[in-house]
Amino acid sequence: MSIFIDENTKVIVQGLTGGQGRFHGLRNKAYGTKVVGGVTPGKGGTDVEGIPMFNSVKEAVEATGATASFVVVPPKFAAAAILEAAEGGITFIVSITEGIPAHDEAVTFNRLVRDFPQVRLLGPNCPGIISPGKANIGITSGDIALPGGPVGIVSRSGTLTYQALHELSQQGIGQTTCVGIGGDPVPGTNFIDALKAFNDDPETKAVMMIGEIGGSEEERAAEWIKANMTKPVVTYIAGVTAPPGRKMGHAGAIITGSSGTAQAKMDALAAAGVHVCLNPTEAGEKMVEIVRGL
Amino acid sequence: MDLFEYQGKQYFARYDIPVSPGDIAETVDEAVAIAERIGFPVVVKAQVKVGGRGKAGGIKLADTLDEVRTHAGNILGMDIKGHTVHRVWIERSSDIAKEYYASFTLDRPNKVYLGMLSAEGGVEIEEVAANNPDAIAMLSINPLDGLSLEQARTWVADAKIDDIAREQTAELLVKLYRCYVEGDCDLAEINPLILTPEGKVHALDAKVTLDENAAFRHPEWDEYRATETEDPREKMAKEKGLNYIGLDGTVGIIANGAGLAMSTLDVVNQVGGTAANFLDIGGGANADVMAAALEVINADPKVKSIFVNIFGGITRVDEVAKGIIEALRRVEITSPIVMRLDGTNAVEGRALLAEHLNDTLISEPTMLDAARKAVALANA
Repeated sequence: MSIFIDENTKVIVQGLTGGQGRFHGLRNKAYGTKVVGGVTPGKGGTDVEGIPMFNSVKEAVEATGATASFVVVPPKFAAAAILEAAEGGITFIVSITEGIPAHDEAVTFNRLVRDFPQVRLLGPNCPGIISPGKANIGITSGDIALPGGPVGIVSRSGTLTYQALHELSQQGIGQTTCVGIGGDPVPGTNFIDALKAFNDDPETKAVMMIGEIGGSEEERAAEWIKANMTKPVVTYIAGVTAPPGRKMGHAGAIITGSSGTAQAKMDALAAAGVHVCLNPTEAGEKMVEIVRGL
Repeated sequence: MDLFEYQGKQYFARYDIPVSPGDIAETVDEAVAIAERIGFPVVVKAQVKVGGRGKAGGIKLADTLDEVRTHAGNILGMDIKGHTVHRVWIERSSDIAKEYYASFTLDRPNKVYLGMLSAEGGVEIEEVAANNPDAIAMLSINPLDGLSLEQARTWVADAKIDDIAREQTAELLVKLYRCYVEGDCDLAEINPLILTPEGKVHALDAKVTLDENAAFRHPEWDEYRATETEDPREKMAKEKGLNYIGLDGTVGIIANGAGLAMSTLDVVNQVGGTAANFLDIGGGANADVMAAALEVINADPKVKSIFVNIFGGITRVDEVAKGIIEALRRVEITSPIVMRLDGTNAVEGRALLAEHLNDTLISEPTMLDAARKAVALANA
């Protein structure tokens, strides 16, 4: 099984007529994803390589029965596009846009929680989600993923998500689903959401979790893993040798204390029984060892 | 983007938050003229984006024009923890009865806003937070609801702000919240927020971090960008739209995505090398951006080898390859380049580069192999 999406998920692409939307939307379709429509105001009635275009998400949903949307629009318009998707009846939204203002993200996230609790947002600023052999919504290159499981991947970093897929596929280890949650301050889906889903998915036997410095999501995930996770987890945290990030004045120090560093995250995860590795290759090798021992 | 204190105060003033009257000077004569205009006593404050200015002698009280001249002369050009003082802020000195603390920032774990208010502000606020957390009144604010004056009134009472200061502080907090949200701040912090013996509340310092993703709706930020003093390498990179941080090692790093760039630094370090920089070309970079990245790294004399680590997603590897070829044509790259290219259009990208490969343009199959090669070349 896969989490969040599968081979039957019908997807629309908001921004299919733009350069990025077209390139990645068509690639997703070529991968086998059921891309059933595109939305660009004013382009309704036309088509992009046979994919029908609609003026609004609502129209697209009514005509196609889509439940998922791939939102490929510039930062200025991204928050409005995400809300339009929710209002139009979409329940799974993938937002890849990088550079959305933090306040727009905070407002959008809380609007979804309050008014559209059935909607899951993945991202913003994430690579999307791929269920190898079934569906690919986002910008991940489908050929680096390998169908068949048994590993689930969840990652905060886009390019490291690809690296993780690649390390496993090269060794002949497949994936059930690979979820890129994105590194923005207000992610719609967090580590715990994905870990829970993988824990409940019978076909996922082990999980690779890729984190990075900053915030406290990895520490919170560690607590959740310790209390709930029944499957082995391998992790790599990027940024052990990274230059110190932006200081957030006293407020940052007050909120995070010593958490947020790569070391603090690795310590928390190791204490929760997670296999902590020092680079993506080592994490791949560790996962191969675990999967072969299953 | 972090603002200088004076910019933070000017930003606060836009939202009607009371600050001390003052102005900014780049020369001693300007400092004297400002002091004459606003009246004595004044405080001469070094403008640097680093804490500990007072202890370093960067904040001085002046009662006369001669004292302003002396202090401004000493402070301008002073080095405070590696930051050169180019400007001083001259403001009317305030008598202080009490020091409070107020800030708004994002509560990342809970995805709402967090307001913090304390009657025990001042330089020791972090110790207060560590040793006596109850002295800080935290207020969780849903972005959809905002902060009302009513809530602010309850909040100042919870924080045990002095009675005489409560109404003024509550009103100020509502304004500071507006500044935080409408002003697109990542952080809006006042420490200290003071109560004067005359019973007036105002901001004696300003710490503002702006969310650069919101720059498109803030044309007024242009002037702040103009004063961002940076490492010359970082300045050059910024002009070319690259996310670059200069470091002291010998392996130049170019990667796409912050995570992969950080991971590249980690791996270079693990195989015995040191990174000369962090450089993320971002998502969707084209040939021009890639060529610019190589030029920036090439301008750093410490660099002995360049590690280009690309895993294409939204970035297309054929575009990256074109950028490398373009850079080789445009400038003389003085260090060998070791590449690892995977992901979207990697096959096309590698094919474009195939005829250019030699002992100064090397392709390796994996990230670890490429790191080892780049480090060996840098250490040779």
